[in-house]
Amino acid sequence: MLASIIASGLAVGAVYALIGVTYNTMFSASRVMSFTAGQLGMLGGVFGSLFVLRLGLPLVVGLVLMLVCCAIVGLITEFIAVRPVLKSLDQHLYVLSTLALALMIQQVVAVEWSTEPQAFPRVFGTGAGGILDEKFWLPVLTCAVTICALELLYRRTLTGLSFLAIAEDNFAARALGLPERNLRMASYALAGMIGGLAGFSGGQLLLAFVANGPLLNFYGFVPVALGGLGNNRGAIVGGFALGLFQQAANFLVGGIFSSVAVFMLFIAVLLAAPRGLFGGHLARRV
Amino acid sequence: MAISSESAAGTMQEKSLAGTGSWMFSGPLIMIFCLAALVPFVTNDYWVLIATRAAIYWVLVGALNLVIGFAGQLAIGYVALLTLGAYTTSVLVAGNVSPPVPVFGALAIAGVAGAIFGVIVGLPALRLRTFYFAISTLGFATIITQIALAWQSVTGGGIGLPGPEMPAPFHTHAGFYFLCLTAAGLITWMTANIAHSRFGRGLIAVRDADVAAEATGIRKARLLMTIFVFTGASAAIAGGLFAALQTYITPDAFTFDLSVLFFISVLIGGRGSILGPLLGTVILTLLPEFAAPLAAWSTFLYAVLLLVIVLVAPGGIAALLDFGNRRVLRANRTIVPKAALVGHLLATDKAKSGIALRGVVLSFLGVRAIDGVDLDVEAGKIHGLIGPNGSGKTTILNVISGFYGPEAGSIALGGEALKPGDSESRASQGIARTFQTPRIVGEASVLQNVMIGGTIRGQSTFVESLFCLPRHRGDERTLRSEAMTALSAVGLESLADIRADRLQHSELRFMEIARACMARPAFILLDEPAAGLSADEILRLGQFLKAISRQGTGVLLVEHHADLIFDICDYVTVLNLGRVLAQGTPAEIRVHKEVISAYLGG
Repeated sequence: MLASIIASGLAVGAVYALIGVTYNTMFSASRVMSFTAGQLGMLGGVFGSLFVLRLGLPLVVGLVLMLVCCAIVGLITEFIAVRPVLKSLDQHLYVLSTLALALMIQQVVAVEWSTEPQAFPRVFGTGAGGILDEKFWLPVLTCAVTICALELLYRRTLTGLSFLAIAEDNFAARALGLPERNLRMASYALAGMIGGLAGFSGGQLLLAFVANGPLLNFYGFVPVALGGLGNNRGAIVGGFALGLFQQAANFLVGGIFSSVAVFMLFIAVLLAAPRGLFGGHLARRV
Repeated sequence: MAISSESAAGTMQEKSLAGTGSWMFSGPLIMIFCLAALVPFVTNDYWVLIATRAAIYWVLVGALNLVIGFAGQLAIGYVALLTLGAYTTSVLVAGNVSPPVPVFGALAIAGVAGAIFGVIVGLPALRLRTFYFAISTLGFATIITQIALAWQSVTGGGIGLPGPEMPAPFHTHAGFYFLCLTAAGLITWMTANIAHSRFGRGLIAVRDADVAAEATGIRKARLLMTIFVFTGASAAIAGGLFAALQTYITPDAFTFDLSVLFFISVLIGGRGSILGPLLGTVILTLLPEFAAPLAAWSTFLYAVLLLVIVLVAPGGIAALLDFGNRRVLRANRTIVPKAALVGHLLATDKAKSGIALRGVVLSFLGVRAIDGVDLDVEAGKIHGLIGPNGSGKTTILNVISGFYGPEAGSIALGGEALKPGDSESRASQGIARTFQTPRIVGEASVLQNVMIGGTIRGQSTFVESLFCLPRHRGDERTLRSEAMTALSAVGLESLADIRADRLQHSELRFMEIARACMARPAFILLDEPAAGLSADEILRLGQFLKAISRQGTGVLLVEHHADLIFDICDYVTVLNLGRVLAQGTPAEIRVHKEVISAYLGG
């Protein structure tokens, strides 16, 4: 019992953490929180199922195609919903524009794919049914690999450093001659792939299901809110904590009340620490 | 029919207090409701049903308009309160948890439940920023549906339960329609009353200029909570009516698509308007009827509409219909204040003896912005505060007006200590201010902006304003005429009805001064009022400020125009690096050696 709570908690936690990283990657490049983050997670599952099960492509090809498609969705987000409203960030129009795009994505999937959950292919086919089932360890492994790759990118490569420069101070970075727009587009493509990976690796758990979009939007945002905007480490810690808490509540008090419990926890933590548990300081208003 | 004339009468009454241009406001609304009253006589039951749905949606959207359109809070999950109201009414009428309750009693209880949950849903808005709030309302919407699904013994789970059956004469299609239309008319009238009250102006101030809102004494938390109570109750009652219309409800009936419809109606309509969102609601309710083959894509259409509105026409329908503000304004306007009118504006008893700062210290991230400042501002005197950039002038204003609490030291007004960091209380204690960058509501008229300054002097309660009772009408009359006097005094009376964001920068500075005067302050703090003004305007500003001080009002003036300072000030304090470098009369300061080397230049 305890083992299965921990296994499933870590698994969904990894998916939430990856969606949190997706939010953060978009936020760092543009100061925009996008409602498409959760939809990307949903699309990862749907594309995986579409390419591998429905079209019968080899798994690796399906994975690559999924990554490409999600990267394109990320770019579309940047182009349609983010770039036009960057000039007036203080009006928070991005909340509406990204929400509109997220709804459009969701509706297209609902009509063209299915409104029912669809099966997702097995990737390795090991340990079926037990605690060592791939549905438990694959998201965790993917999360770990993604984080290591991101750390390498951000710390060891010049491109990664320019990402950080833009996240730190957009104007200064532009003054230094960094191609801000291209880097932003690259960030959104990267965010698309991370979101896609979240859905793909969690495919056995969450299935290829259109309703995962809003679900991941919310559960993926909780770790970001807990960890502080743009803080990937905070999102990882928050994601796993959320996953464990949710699964524990699930086993102890049942599904519905576990979502109520998560919601209450979310609101309570945010009211107590609006900048997140690892959040930064307040900006000066006057 | 009686109902239509009732709602029309409501809007007429609203008109009589709105004064000039009010036919422009209420005419179209009356027309829409008159047309709506004709629906049962010229069409069949199907269209009556659609019209009923539109009316019910408007009961919710009309109230939600105050949250989204006026207060600017992106509440995207209001279907939650519709669900709550629908289930509460249906469960109570069916008698699942108690003896069966009559329909109207159940609706009232649903309203109370909605008010309570409205506050719970709204609570995060007090602390959280936009996206956080949007997500938390979204989460709430998801959870309500899950609870409805899981709590089978009461809600019937996935199978659902029958909606309440209406008693005669509301059991027919037409009868129920007129009931809903009356509710819709009532909501229109009430929200229009709020829109034209200090509460409505407070909401748009919180939305567009929250710092100025605090400085004028608008209590954001209390105001938002009041609005959430009202909106929650309206949404839940709409839910009860919705359940009656559906005749049978399941959790499937309350999809997120409905939420989308609600808040997109407001946004398509345009912020701060009532006619716009009303049209938006009607259009979005009718859209799927005319595009029947696209029914599966209705949410997609809404989303596209939302995107188009955000990217192309952020003002929505209201901006398209705002013909008055297309008129070209005369270029090169000069401002001629009438200092003689200041007497009418500030004539009150001023017993406050002075603002006193003692040893005030404040640092930002280790940098001491003010480092032990003593400062005395006397009533009826103009006190100049000068110094190089970064010397702490504006920070001192912010400490006095309560935006920052000092780390050490005290601030007192007339011998009584001012609560540190309590910006919302300053206006009622007699301290008003302007800002270095004017903080205004661009989408509101100049007159409305100035009226915001008189918020603390309003007498009527929210409920009195809601029903347009005498005290509310009295408030509006007084504030309006005083705001006109204030505008005449600063020389902007001809621009009273213009949108504030069309004004020149210099005009905005005078508008802020007029707004500050509306609170009848004992002290006015001015942050670089002469910046961006022409030489003539600076001279007139100087005379105007002198007139203010002659009324007994103390003026604390932060300024870089040394001529203005030495010309009008009774006393000058020079700051450097957060410390007082020198204090004295203008004549003493002008020849002070250190001041010359640090600031004035030789």
